[in-house]
Amino acid sequence: MLGIALKMLFRDRAKYAMLVCGLAFCSLLMCQQISVFCGIMMWTTSTVRNIGAPVWVVDAKVEQANEVIPMRQIEVERVRSVHGVAWAVPLYIGIEQARLTDGSFQNVQLTGLDTGTLTGRPMDMRAGRIEDLRLPNAVVVDQVAVEKFRQKGITIKLGTTFEINDKEARVVGICHVARSFLGQPYIYTTFDRAMEYAKPTRKQLSYVLAGPVSGVSDEELAARINKLPGLRAVAKDKLFWLTVWWYIKNTGIPISFGTVVLLGVIVGIAIAGQTFYLFVHDNLRYLAALKAMGARMHTLAAMVLLQAFSVGFIGYGFGVGLASWFGNSVLAKETPPFYMPWQVPAFVALVLIFICGLSALIGLVKVARLEPAVVFR
Amino acid sequence: MSGLAINVADVVKSFPAGDSRTFALKGATLNARFGELMMIVGPSGCGKTTLLSVICGTLQCDEGTLTIFDHDLRRMKDADITKFRCENVGFIFQQFNLIPTLTAVENASIPLILNGVAPGKAEKRAGEVLAEVGLGDKLHSYPSQLSGGQLQRVAISRALVHAPRLIICDEPTASLDAAAGQKTLDLLKSSALQPDRCVIVVTHDNRIYHFADRIAEMEDGRVTGIYDDPKDYQHA
Repeated sequence: MLGIALKMLFRDRAKYAMLVCGLAFCSLLMCQQISVFCGIMMWTTSTVRNIGAPVWVVDAKVEQANEVIPMRQIEVERVRSVHGVAWAVPLYIGIEQARLTDGSFQNVQLTGLDTGTLTGRPMDMRAGRIEDLRLPNAVVVDQVAVEKFRQKGITIKLGTTFEINDKEARVVGICHVARSFLGQPYIYTTFDRAMEYAKPTRKQLSYVLAGPVSGVSDEELAARINKLPGLRAVAKDKLFWLTVWWYIKNTGIPISFGTVVLLGVIVGIAIAGQTFYLFVHDNLRYLAALKAMGARMHTLAAMVLLQAFSVGFIGYGFGVGLASWFGNSVLAKETPPFYMPWQVPAFVALVLIFICGLSALIGLVKVARLEPAVVFR
Repeated sequence: MSGLAINVADVVKSFPAGDSRTFALKGATLNARFGELMMIVGPSGCGKTTLLSVICGTLQCDEGTLTIFDHDLRRMKDADITKFRCENVGFIFQQFNLIPTLTAVENASIPLILNGVAPGKAEKRAGEVLAEVGLGDKLHSYPSQLSGGQLQRVAISRALVHAPRLIICDEPTASLDAAAGQKTLDLLKSSALQPDRCVIVVTHDNRIYHFADRIAEMEDGRVTGIYDDPKDYQHA
């Protein structure tokens, strides 16, 4: 009878198309919006992911990765003094202004890597060598800088010069890194040169990056460093989630995206639920005839459930497929942000199961109350 | 085997109507034999369809005796009655009740599928039965592509495909013109009626009374007369 149920569904083309379209739209809306939300959250953690150090040491009042409270440079030595620290290096990150050759300005995220080790260097160099950062006035720019400068009519290539706070910067490399939350280009240089580029302040150290000796975990090392007064050490993964949760709790981003996702669920329930109810209602007479002919309730229930979940599955496939196509088409441009981990389609699948289950339940209640004798009326 | 296909005695059936109950059957008694086509006739609202529903087990009666092929339906559980109906009863409805999104052969195969026959085999057998009723060239037509008479023949095929022992027909000619109605009863009598079967037809179409082996007349929830010859009823 399941084959009969599927034929009844697929051959009622108008309702079938409406059900699939409704559920596909609902899946697309949820999947796309949650993936863009996840993409934004990934942008908020781009610094952590780009640098990739195991343990980050910051001022004790810092709550998330993008919040910089400058520290004294002596803190690097204090961290190095902790038992279990294999290495510790300084890192500068600050928003600076670059002046282009045409006189226009561009805010950039200046990243000063430890001069000796270049710890936190970009892994994906598209042109030049990262080691050339040690040359005079050398900087490495990311793909966003290339794009932003191009929009202003300037083509960046190796040897291009511009100014950061009135000091010359010469491009010795072009890299590809994760975009920052605010969309500012990452400009890499050495820590020492970053101190020259940055506006002078009393404290200039943004982070201390540290790594544990063999046998000590990142979390354990962070716990040991945390005993130092005035400092807060966080393992990379924890800092990632601290940052994500900070943005979830302190910005309106989840509410705006959550509203759209909720609308998707409501639209899904309204369209799919109502159409499926109509579908069952229209077939009630035939279901009653089947009941009279000896179809048991569990057979009819299986038919209704199969119909509901078939349209759910197909609608889900179309919806997630379209969301993936959207994601794939925007990934090359990297904007809008899009990140679809497996949990997103899994969540959407659960919501669709709920919608289809609810729709089927409404239909099943009608079928259960159906007296087979109504076929004689 | 008692020799009686159906033994209904003093059957009472009532339905709630506000604070009171409306009695549709007030002690109906009826016997039907194997190999006969019995018609239940009477004015609208006399309880014909209710009696039919009780006989085929789609309605449970409140009181009385109800034995179908030596099965006491009143002592059987719901699931057993459903199984009994699935195996032993073929239905022909007034409005045909063919599923519009299924072809003729798919509609006719449903009782076999409900009885556990594989869909492929069921459709093959349904195709044979449809060919027997003259619809061999309409196997893959949808109900919307068939005339009233053809629809009724599909319905008859569906009722016969699993070789049930009891065929229940509710106003089988009500949606048909006179000629199609005569043909339907002709077909019903020639293909449905077998020595081990019983056909019960509820109707108020006096143009088909002559097809009956016996006629049971109903009035006000009771069987008021059994006529061994249809002519006797028509002259009564």
